[in-house]
Parts: sequence; C-alpha cells; structure tokens
Amino acid sequence: MRVGVPNRSATAPLLNVRGRDAITFAMFVTPNFLAIGLFSYWPLFRNFLLSFTYWDMIAPEPIWVGVDNWIEVFTSTTFPVIFRNTFTFTTVSVGATLVFALGAALLLNQPLRARDIVRATLFAPAILPGSAVALVWTFLLAPNFGLVSQAAVAVGFPTVRYLNDPSWAMPAVLLVVVWRRVGYDAVIFLAGLQSISKDLYEAARVDGANAWQRFRHVTIPGLGPVAFFLLVTSILASFQSFDVIRVMTAGGPVIATRTLIYQVYQEAFGAFNAGRAAVYATILFGLMLSVTIIQIRMVERRVTYE
Amino acid sequence: MSNLSARSIPERIPTSRVTRNLANLAVGVAFYAGLAIAFLVIGLPTYWVAIGALKAPNEIYTVPSTWWPLQPQWTNFSKAWVAAPFPIMFANSLTVTIASTAAKLVNAIFCAYAFAFINIPGRTVAFVAVLGALMIPEEVTILPNYLTISSLGYINSVSGLIMPTVGSAFATFFLRQAFLALPREVLDAAKVDGAGHLQTLWHVVLPLAQPVLATLVLLTAVARWNDFLWPLVATSQATTRTLPVGVYFLFNQEGSTEWGVVLAGTILVVAPIIVLFLMVQRHLVEGIASGAVKG
Repeated sequence: MRVGVPNRSATAPLLNVRGRDAITFAMFVTPNFLAIGLFSYWPLFRNFLLSFTYWDMIAPEPIWVGVDNWIEVFTSTTFPVIFRNTFTFTTVSVGATLVFALGAALLLNQPLRARDIVRATLFAPAILPGSAVALVWTFLLAPNFGLVSQAAVAVGFPTVRYLNDPSWAMPAVLLVVVWRRVGYDAVIFLAGLQSISKDLYEAARVDGANAWQRFRHVTIPGLGPVAFFLLVTSILASFQSFDVIRVMTAGGPVIATRTLIYQVYQEAFGAFNAGRAAVYATILFGLMLSVTIIQIRMVERRVTYE
Repeated sequence: MSNLSARSIPERIPTSRVTRNLANLAVGVAFYAGLAIAFLVIGLPTYWVAIGALKAPNEIYTVPSTWWPLQPQWTNFSKAWVAAPFPIMFANSLTVTIASTAAKLVNAIFCAYAFAFINIPGRTVAFVAVLGALMIPEEVTILPNYLTISSLGYINSVSGLIMPTVGSAFATFFLRQAFLALPREVLDAAKVDGAGHLQTLWHVVLPLAQPVLATLVLLTAVARWNDFLWPLVATSQATTRTLPVGVYFLFNQEGSTEWGVVLAGTILVVAPIIVLFLMVQRHLVEGIASGAVKG
C-alpha cells in the first residue's frame, strides 16, 4: 500500500510528458507541413481542378469546361510528338548516362594516384547551373566556327546547324544532358563498386573465374541495388530536365525537342492556357508517380526475398 | 590490394603469370586511354570556352580558330559585368540560396527530430504525408505556385523566389534516417539526465549529425543556386533575376554577335561554384556517394 503512493505520483507527470510531447511534436512539424501543404499538395490538387477549366490567367475566374482540355490534348497532333520526344529523351539520356558512368566508374576503380582529382573533374559538370552548361555547348555546337563543327569538317563531314536542324536538335540536347550527368552517376557507381567485398573477387579468382566472369558474376550482381537507384533517380531527373532545353533550343526547331515538362511551361507561360498546362502537368505527375511506385514495389520485393 | 593479388598467384604456374601480366597491360592501356578521353571531353570544352571569353568578335568567327587569343579582350568581362547586371543578380542569388537553404534545413531538422524521437499516436500518418510530397516535383507545381505567389503579390521579388522552396520532404526523410542511426545510448543518457527535446536536439542530435548536415546543406545550396525554372517564371525584371537566369538573358541580349561577352558572363556565373566545389569536393562527393549506397 505504501509502495503504491510514489508509483502513482510517478505516473501523473508521465501523462503530462505525453501531453507535452504532443505539443512539441505539433510545434516541430507544423511549419514544414504548412509549407508542403501550400506549395506541394495544394498545387497538385489545383492542377487537377484547373485541368477542367479554360483560363488565360487574365480573366478574373477560370471557366468550367469539363473534360474538354483532356480530350483536346489526347486528340491533338502535338501530344504524340511530345510523348515520343519525352520517351526518346528519357530512354537515351538515362541509357547513355548509365553506360558511360559505369565505364568511368570501372576505370576509376583501378588503383590510381590522382583518383580524387579525376573523380572531382568528372563530377564538376553536375554541380554547374544547367543554363551555363547549355550556353557553353551552344557555343561549342555553333555552325561553322563552333569546335564540334570544325572537328566534323576536319574529318570530312558537312557543317550542320545542329540546334536548328530537326534531326540534330534532339541528339545535341541529349549530348549535353548526358555530359552533365555522367560524372554524378559515375561517382555513385564507384562507391557501389568499392562496397563490393574484395573477398568475393578473391573467392571467384580461386575458383578460376577470368576477368569477364568475375565482372559478370561478382560486379554486376553487387552493383544491382546502386544501379537500380541510379536508374530511378536518372529517369525522374530526365523528366525534370528543363534548363538545358530552354537555353539550347527552346523546345524547337518547331517542337522537335519539346518534352512534357517543356510543354507544361509552354502552355502556361507561352500560350497562357492554364487548363492545358494543368492537363500536361497532371500527366507528368502521373508518369513520375508510376516510376516511384514501381521503385517502391521493386525495393519491397528485394527486401522480402533476401 | 597489390599484396592480395600477388599472394593469389600460385607460384608454381609460371604461364598464368605471363597471361596475367599481358592482361594487366591491356587493362592499363584501356585505363589510361579512358582517362585521356574523359579529360578531353571535359578539359577541351573548358579550355575552348576560356579562350573564347578572351577573343574579339571577329576572331571568334575566324575559321580555323586560333588556339590562343591574338589580343586578350579582358573588357569582355567588364562588359558582361555591366550588361547582365552582375552585382545585383549575384546578391539575389546569394540571398535566395542562403535564405531558402536555411529555412529548408530548419524545417527539416525539427520535422525529422519529431519523426525520429517524439513518439505520439498518428506519427506514421504524418510521416507518410511528408513522404508523399517527395513525389510532387517542383516542375508539376510551377503554374499553381505562380498563381499563388502572384495573388500574394510576390512576383518579381526575392521573397517570391524563396517562398515556394522552404518546405522540405527529401531533407526531412534524409535527416530522419540519419537521426535514427545515431547511437541510442547517448540519446537515452540525455533523457535520463532530464534533457528536454530542444536541449537534446541542440546538444546531442545536431552535433552528432554534423557530417550529414554538412552534406545536406551543400546539396540544398547547390540545387537552390542552380535553380532555373522557378526564377525564370517568377521574375520579369533584370533586378530580381538570379544568376542562372541572368546569364541566359545576357545571351538573349548579346546573342550570337558578342559571344566573347556571353562566355565571359558564363565564366563569372560558374567561377564561384567551382571555387566552392574545390574547397568542399571531397566531402560533397563522398557524402553523395555514401548516401546513395547506404540508402
């Protein structure tokens, strides 16, 4: 009985602590929740609402038009082109980046005195503003006097107005996007390579595996998680690529380099059609969400089966 | 490494040592060839831009190009400095980067601490709500945010550039992971000593999480400094632009007639980042790499 008294007085402040915890929790998370709510969730919802309206952003109110914008977008001749551009842009930029990055990482994984300098040099383009990088390449790709053009002429190719040529503009933009991203992915691949246990290589060697077999059966499986991470982040980054396209081609010539993100910008701030911009933004969101969901599923599956 | 491989070659099979040496030679050649290409792909463009920034207009259009400027035009830099105008854009970029990074990080630190250490009912739901925002990229929100900021009257202002960027989903998630990985005993000791949440956060969690915080500050600051889409749509006057947008308008202004000035401007934009990068590159590169491999 006497023991129960201090026990009871110990539980009383405990409840207070819980109450105070709830208040502290609320104070700690509220500012972030307000910011996220106002500038992430609300815009997502508002895009969806706007996609059912016509609005030039000058008239006081949007006009409700139902699914007209959606029908207009899906039946337009522009949409397939933009979809194809986005598909080409994403697959080629992600594929080329990952292949070159893996190559660079394998080279950098050799014992080398100046590895840090090489690694930093490769990485540097990734931290520069995309607009500055795009300007540099606009200069390098300039017709006639550009470095690329002069090199092409020197080996017998005709000079091309790369950024104004419908069949060259996309490759030119892709070159720059890949150039900018390779070092970043390579650094992460390199970290992945270095996290593979040396014992595995040793064991494979003892079993008589040659260099290719060691690469195939030790390196590739060992890099799996990192490669998957890079694949997903590169796809998402390519959907968000805007600055390089804006500066180098402005989506042109005509619409040869217009991707989904560029189309959102174009409809909103070029054509002042909020409804159609919202349709394209919602599609872009749907695509990125699907990629993320696939990623979560894959990661879950790997965790369960391991 | 070399010790290991040396030990692994069985001494009694000399032929395998010969093939092995040949293979090593091939790997070595491929390695240095690859290295040379990598330096060429990055070094040559860099050099070309550097000398281009010092050339007079007529020299730039001369084919074949000169590999050293005939008469270095240092005035290209002063022209770019005035035409952009650089001082005010530099101030804008600096203000936006610092304010936005600070606000984002403060939001993330408090939010991540709450998710990691304050156990209340409904915490998981709140955490999932923040995670969900990870899937809403800035690009998708650009038009509604423009409408919001414009109805608040902050278009063409530094505040308007900062406001939509202060929320933090990625940094919160990233920091929560880091906080949860901190040694449990130290945190429990703080609790036993009667430390409140603010004290624990300030005296225990933040000092322990310093390396992660440093990486996060760098990543956030670089992303803010380089931001292009939002400053492009949220400003229409040179006086409120940031550098990445400013240099693009310098190109639009001077166009293809004054490439030397445009390149000089580009160098002015890139130089501060390169200097900062050289100072922190080891930390930044390793932070990104380890974050990706562990996460």
